[in-house]
This record gives sequence, C-alpha cells and structure tokens, in this order.
Amino acid sequence: MTIEDLRTIAENERQAQKKFQHHVCVCIAAGCLSSGADQVRDAIKKEVAEAGMAGEVLVKGVGCMGLCSAGPLVSVETEDQLFANVTPEDASELVRSIDTGTADLKHCDTAVPFFERQQKIVLENSGKIDPERIEDYISNDGYRALVTAITEMTPPEIVALMVKSGLRGRGGAGYPTGLKWSTVSKTGEQAKYVICNADEGDPGAFMDRAVLESDPHRVLEGMAIAAYAVGAQNGFIYVRAEYPLAVKHLKTAIKQAERLGLLGNNICNSRFSFHVDIRLGAGAFVCGEETALIASIEGQRGAPRPRPPYPAQEGLWNCPTLINNVETFANVAPIVRNGAAWFAAIGTEKSKGTKVFALAGRVANTGLIEVPMGITLREIIHEIGGGIPDGKQYKAVQTGGPSGGCIPEQHLDSPVDYESLARIGSIMGSGGMIVMDETSCMVDVAKYFMEFCASESCGKCVPCRTGTRQMLAILEKITAGEATAADLALLEELCDLVKNTSLCGLGQSAPNPVVTTLKYFHDEYDRHISGEGCPICKEHAASSAEVSQ
Amino acid sequence: MTDRKTRLATVWLDGCSGCHMSLLDTDERLIEVAKRVDVVWGPLVDHKEFPADVDVTLVEGAISSVADLDRIKVVRARTGILVSLGDCAVTGNVPALRNRFGAGAVLRRAYLENETLDAQIPRQVVPELLPMARPVHEVVPVDVFVPGCPPSADLIFSVLSDLLEGKRPTPAAIFG
Amino acid sequence: MTKAPVRIKTLTIDGREVGAREDQTILDVARENHIFIPTLCDLPGLTAVGACRLCLVEVRGVNRLLPACVTAVAEGMEVSVSSERIDRYRRSILELLFAERNHVCSVCVTNGHCDLQSLALKLGMTHVHFPYQYPRLPVDASHERFVVDHNRCILCTRCVRVCDEIEGAHTWDVMSRGVDCRVITDLAEPWGKSESCTGCGKCVQVCPTGALSEKGKSVAEMSKRRQFLPYLTLMREARR
Ligand SMILES: Cc1cc2nc3c(=O)[nH]c(=O)nc-3n(C[C@H](O)[C@H](O)[C@H](O)COP(=O)(O)O)c2cc1C
Ligand code: SF4
Ligand code: SF4
Ligand code: SF4
Ligand code: FES
Repeated sequence: MTIEDLRTIAENERQAQKKFQHHVCVCIAAGCLSSGADQVRDAIKKEVAEAGMAGEVLVKGVGCMGLCSAGPLVSVETEDQLFANVTPEDASELVRSIDTGTADLKHCDTAVPFFERQQKIVLENSGKIDPERIEDYISNDGYRALVTAITEMTPPEIVALMVKSGLRGRGGAGYPTGLKWSTVSKTGEQAKYVICNADEGDPGAFMDRAVLESDPHRVLEGMAIAAYAVGAQNGFIYVRAEYPLAVKHLKTAIKQAERLGLLGNNICNSRFSFHVDIRLGAGAFVCGEETALIASIEGQRGAPRPRPPYPAQEGLWNCPTLINNVETFANVAPIVRNGAAWFAAIGTEKSKGTKVFALAGRVANTGLIEVPMGITLREIIHEIGGGIPDGKQYKAVQTGGPSGGCIPEQHLDSPVDYESLARIGSIMGSGGMIVMDETSCMVDVAKYFMEFCASESCGKCVPCRTGTRQMLAILEKITAGEATAADLALLEELCDLVKNTSLCGLGQSAPNPVVTTLKYFHDEYDRHISGEGCPICKEHAASSAEVSQ
Repeated sequence: MTDRKTRLATVWLDGCSGCHMSLLDTDERLIEVAKRVDVVWGPLVDHKEFPADVDVTLVEGAISSVADLDRIKVVRARTGILVSLGDCAVTGNVPALRNRFGAGAVLRRAYLENETLDAQIPRQVVPELLPMARPVHEVVPVDVFVPGCPPSADLIFSVLSDLLEGKRPTPAAIFG
Repeated sequence: MTKAPVRIKTLTIDGREVGAREDQTILDVARENHIFIPTLCDLPGLTAVGACRLCLVEVRGVNRLLPACVTAVAEGMEVSVSSERIDRYRRSILELLFAERNHVCSVCVTNGHCDLQSLALKLGMTHVHFPYQYPRLPVDASHERFVVDHNRCILCTRCVRVCDEIEGAHTWDVMSRGVDCRVITDLAEPWGKSESCTGCGKCVQVCPTGALSEKGKSVAEMSKRRQFLPYLTLMREARR
C-alpha cells in the first residue's frame, strides 16, 4: 500500500458515491438502533427500490449523529436536512419528497447551538460514513496518516509530533500522551504491546462506544501509528462485551484493514508489522483501570496492582505496554495529518484539542457532543444542551463518572479543562456528564454513586473494599432520616481515609461525589439529619408509594 | 481528684461476670483500692436505683436487651468516666455471636427446641432481647476501653490506679 | 553466570541513615534495620501485593502515602514510618477489618497467635469505632485435615500466593467483588472436593488469622509454623 494506492481507492469510492444524486444516512449506532433505526433503514431501502430510484439514492447506515434523544435520526446529506424520530412508516414520505426536499417529517434544525457550538475532530466522520466500509473511511482521508507515517516519518518524529501536539489521555487522568509514547519507545528493542482501553465502565457514558461503532478504522489507524512510533508488534482492543455492535464493527474493520495490508505483516512494504486482536471484558468497572485491564487480558482476575512499575515499563506479560483510551487514539490520525500546531491551537494552554462528552440527565438535548477544551460548563449545559427542561432550576452537573464531583451553579463558568475541573473538586474523567435539576436530592445522588463504587470495588485493598461499604451504610442512614451529626463526622473521616489510602484510582476517587456534595450542598445533608427531613426525598417516597398502590 | 473518695460503680450487663471475677483477682491490691473508693453500685450492692454523681463506672457486658439499654442510658447520664470493661462491652464479643442469626433464632433454640415440657418463649420477667447485641460505645459515649476476655487483673488494677490518680489511662491490651 | 554489580542506595528512615541494595523495598530495609512497619498482606518469600495498606509511609516530597512493601528505595529518600496521621489511618484500617467480618477473639482457634489480633495491640487499637457489619459467612470443614472459616478471613491472599507461587497448585483464588469477596478453592468447590489441593497445608501456616486452621484445634490452640517459607525461598534462590 502506498499513498497513491490509497488515493486511487479514495477516488474510486468518491466516484462511486457521486453517481448517486441523494445520500440518505440512517444512524444505526446503538442509541438510534435501540429505537428501531435498522427497520427505518430497511424501510427506506425498500421504498427506494420500489420507486425505482436505486440508481439515484444511496441509502447507508452510518454512525452516531449526536442527538441521540431524538433518534432514529436520518439525514439527507445532499439536501442538508436532518430528520428526527423517523419511523419505518415515514419512509415513503421521505423518498417521495426527496427531490423537492419538502418532506412532511419532523425536521431537526441544524443551525442551533447543539450543532453549531460543536467542533468535531474525533467525531468528524461519525454520522457520515458507513463504519462497515473501509473505502468510505479512506475516501475521507482515512489511513493517509498511517501510510504517511510509515513511509515518510521515523518513529522518533512521530513521538515528537505527539509531544508537541499537547494531546493528553482521554481515559480520565489526562496524562500527556506524547510523554507516555516516548517512555515506551525508549524501552529498547523487545516485544511490546499497544492496548486500546475501550472498557468504558462509567454508568451513562457512551463516548467510546459511539466512536467504535461509528468510525472503528480511526481507532485502528491511531493504534497502528502508535505501534509504529513505540516499536510494538501486537495490539489488543479491550472492549466490554456489552458493546456487541462496536465489537462487530471492529472485527469487520480489522479484517478489511488486514486485507488492504494496512494491518498485519510488513505494512506498506516496510519492516513494520502490527497485529490487532479484540479481547472482551466482562463488564467490571475496575477492569478499565490499566493494570486490572492488563491482568484481565493475561487471563487473571481483574484487579489492579500497585504502580510503579507502570505499564509503560512493565505491562502485558511484563513487556512495555502502551495503553491509551479509544478517544486518545482517535485523535492521533488527524494530528499526523494536520500537524501538531493545528491541534495545539485548539483548546486551552494546558488542555489541547476537543473532548467528547455524553451529555445526559436533566437537559433538553441529551446525546453525544464534541467541544473544544476550555468551553464553559454553562455553554455546554445551557447552549448546547438547551438548558433545563420543564422550567426547572439547575442544581448540579456531575462530570467524570462515578468518581467525579457534583458542580453547583456558582462554578458553571469554570472552563472545561483538566486543571479547572480538578480545582473545583471534580475530574474530566472519560466524558460522562450528568445534569441534575432541583428534583434531585444530592445526598441521594452521592448514595447512588457510592453504591456503584462499593459494589464495583475489586475487593483487593481494605480501605476501598470495606470503607466504601461503611460510607454507603452511613449515606443510607442519612437518606432514611436516621443519622446524627456523629454519622456525618464519621462519613467525612472515611472520605479522607479511603481517598488517601486506597490502592487504585477507584478507591482514591470514590469519595469525590460525597466530598463535593458535602462541600457545595451541605445544607441538604443537614436537612436530612435535623429531623426536618428532605422535601425531595419525601416527595419521591410519596410518589413511589402511589405507584406501588 | 480531691480528698473525697472516688465514687465507683460496676455494672454487669450481658457478660459472663468473668470481668468482675478478674477485678476480684487483683487480690490484696483490692484493699489498697478499697481505701480510696466508695463502691456505690455493683452486682452485690443492694440499691434499687443507680446513684447520682458517680465518678467512675466499670461496665461489663454487651447491650443485649431492652433492660441493658435502659440501664446504660441512666448509668451514662450519672457517671463521670464510663469504662467499657472487657471484650463483651468493647466489641460485643460472645453475646454478639447471635447477631448473624437474629434474636428470634436464639430464643427459639433456647426456649423451644431444647425444651420438652411446656415450651414457650417467656414474655414476662425476662427482658426482651434487642435485635442485635451491641458494644456499649455504639449506644452511649464511652471514655475508656479495656479489652480482654477477660482483661487481666493486672490490667484492671493499672487502669483503676490511673483513674484514681485522675489520669486518663490508655490501656495496651489485647482482644480475646 | 555473571551478575550485574548491585548498586547501593542511601536513604533515611525516621531520620536514621540506612544503606540498601537498589532492588530492595522500603520495607526490606526497615526490617533489616529493625524499624517496625506494620504489615498484614506481606510475607517475605511471597510476591508483595500492596493490598492491606498498613505499611503506608510518608516520603518527603511525595504527596501520596506509599506502601513500603512495594516501593523501591531511592537515593536520598527521606521516609517516615510513623506520624499522627499514618498511625490514625492504620488503626482505622485495622478497625475496618475487625468490623468487616466476625472476629470473636475469645473463642477463636488462633486467639493469642494471630497477626491481626497482635497488630491491634501493637497499634493501640482499643475499640472499633465503625459499626460492625456482622455478615453471615460459612465455615468449610470439608477437607479432611483443614478448615476455612470465612468469618476470620481478611482477604490478604497469602494463601492464594503461597499455593500458587510455592506449592505450584493454585488451588486458592478470590471470587466476587467488594465486600462479597471470598477466598475459594478450585472453582468455588468445597475444599474437600478440590482436585488440585495437595494437602500440603502451606496456606494454613501462612494465614495470618484464624481463617485457616488445622482440624482438631480448639480455642487458642492453633499457632502457625512458617519456618518452611524462608527455607524454601533460600533454596530456590541458591539454585538459580
Ligand atoms: C476505576 C478506573 C476505571 C477506569 N476506566 C477506564 C475506562 O473505562 N476507559 C479508559 O480509557 N480508561 C479508564 N481508566 C483509566 C486507565 O487506567 C488509564 O489511565 C487510561 O486507559 C490511559 O489512557 P489515556 O492516557 O489515553 O487516558 C480507569 C481508571 C480507573 C482507576
Ligand atoms: S482501590 Fe478498590 S478497586 Fe482499587 S485496588 Fe483497592 S479495592 Fe480494588
Ligand atoms: S482471627 Fe485473630 S482477630 Fe480474628 S477472631 Fe481470631 S484471634 Fe481474633
Ligand atoms: S484465608 Fe487467611 S491467608 Fe487466605 S486470604 Fe483469608 S486471611 Fe489471608
Ligand atoms: S504489607 Fe504493604 S500493603 Fe499490606
């Protein structure tokens, strides 16, 4: 494979697509799929065939378009139209009016902040290309970065490029990616591995799933460039088994890439060979932690081990291992294509590029968004998210998944970058973002996340295993209105203990939701223990009693 | 403490009396102690009501019944320094063995399954069991903990001596 | 076989200057110099896992606490093995262990010979200020010579490691998550039915508590014999 070969494939694909006057893209990523998008696609195909328009209208299944709450989404690309909540019955109307662009269906205005405030790098192809066709990816600049890297650049040059770009890990901690690559590349000539962390265990998060479902080749390309840069021969994608569509698309993608010689032996006729395998995770949150993930691939119990040694020094089967998140790898090809300076110009001083978030909870627009680093929380929630529905009041936003913090109104103008989020007690995390309004009891919220951490603790170290359980018991006592000030003091003591003495990130950050709610919403805790009671909890209890009657 | 004798009480809740035995095992040193204390309450002191203004109370046993609970609340309110004496008071120990099964299972075993004549669970005279037997400090604040099953006579003596001298003892003691 | 020369590092522990081989951990050096650091999961001869968190120490310039059992020494390191804060954390961790399962020392086979019990004494733990959990846990007495009492297990995984690393049987492992974790034999079969167990009893001897004991032992009668472990490790190293 050479750059010319790649160009030829891209050109052929473009020509083939150009033959069609209309491109109808149906989102068949998990969100829309769950509301019947595959039937919509089939119905449209059938209508097109029956209308004898098969030569004019190209119907393709594509990846996530972002506005998952309005699915199934269908776009008619050539007319720049987006339809929401499409049903199979709408197919005939859509096809009938395709020439005039006057379909009597629910239009989605794309000139609104939800679409306009986004900036897409990771998701640039998402919702546009058919994730099961490598040619579609190639015709959108796909694999150009890999081929360029192998044929025109040396591994140290690529590492230097990554360092210069300022890209930081998107899996949570924000470790500088270039630095990690550099460490692995300097471990000498020996067996090395590249692992893509696609475990994505945070409740409510689906950024990585969307990327894998919508644009799997982008991740493979990033991994292959990484492998070339650090001198690895083998790679694994550790993806949770609950993501069957992502796994399916990945499998197809790997086969296609191997067929074209973009993965496998002697890629681009060079000495560089890279093989990628998929490993399925059984859905344990802690298996997203890198050392636990490695243990799991090795066939052992998925439990973290103390670091150092870091995986970059001693990882999979004790070999130097580069482990990055899906989104991190998804940023690699664009950086190679467009240069480090281009990437570094986006975002803030210390946090470069964009970040994908799964916006959920009490906002008008929920779904997948990609925004430049440095955007404020307020912009995300009130502009992109469209604010709080039903005239309710904003109360808090939780970033960073179960171990993130709950951020109150007074910090909404804080920019979204690694340092700023840490300063207000939360974390960037992998991109979960849950908005809560006045109908949420913050103690209840803290209890929910603590329950998650307590049951997902691997049980290896004492403070996390039993400390989280003790904290959960106290939170249960508080929400049941049976706690005293002494319980609250014990809760605070446990937060400090578990945070400072646990072995891995799970335990170390498990207290975060409690710590931040204690800090920003202390009055709600007081209300529970003062005998006055929590009006929100009371209302919930009353309405659930109604339901059970 | 002043010249006045220390008002000392000992309370026997759900325990085997072993801790009291161990106290008696201080032997002749008891005479020394006796000179400096007034024993105002104890298993062998015949008062109906726990006295007021007690300086030091040693509590043996866990809080297992409604009566224990009522008693310890009064004791706490009228005591300066409350001492959990022995593992049952400190950890729940043997009385708390039943917590995994619940009070009902214990009563059934004791009064129904092992009884051939007129088996019935008593509802009078015997105080009602709490669902869980608890260490004293889970119910009222405790000032000094003296673990051991029982704590050795030497340990008890040193704790008492410290208390009589107005010191707050920090006993180095092993559970069990 | 030629060995690379071993480099020596100098560091201070509680202000005392000590020398160490570069491949040693803070715990190794502390032990060599008779400086006490509490441990439960660590046992010389077995891979260190850093699980119990009792050995956490402060290292100057590092803002996290570091587990001494898995932290390599470094030149100029300044270690404090004890402080008001660490001591408090350690007592709390011990208390969490006592509260987690059912430890009734007075009726336990290892009463008086138990690492957990004696650490409580040594660290000045006088009572448990967290609520006891009282889980209902089974006792497996199906093995002809040994008993596992989950009420006393602290999940230190010493048994798992000795069985895997020294005996080579890997009969033991851990199942489930969080407080539901349990040591298991084979695939959670009764120990007596285990096909991989050789009956060597190494797990029983390394177990720090009364969780693993020999049959026929009554209260306070079970003391552990661990001499075999340093001996076996020494012999193995000599053969290498
Ligand atoms: C409890 C826990 C869960 C984690 N889950 C994930 C995950 O689902 N996906 C992920 O990429 N990183 C996860 N991480 C972070 C990884 O350990 C690791 O830092 C990351 O994969 C490194 O990639 P990056 O540098 O590209 O971010 C988790 C960490 C912890 C402590
Ligand atoms: S902090 Fe929790 S998840 Fe991490 S090693 Fe400890 S027990 Fe396991
Ligand atoms: S295992 Fe140790 S601490 Fe637990 S009950 Fe037995 S002697 Fe006490
Ligand atoms: S059985 Fe003993 S050695 Fe094994 S994990 Fe439990 S306490 Fe540790
Ligand atoms: S001895 Fe170091 S963590 Fe247990």
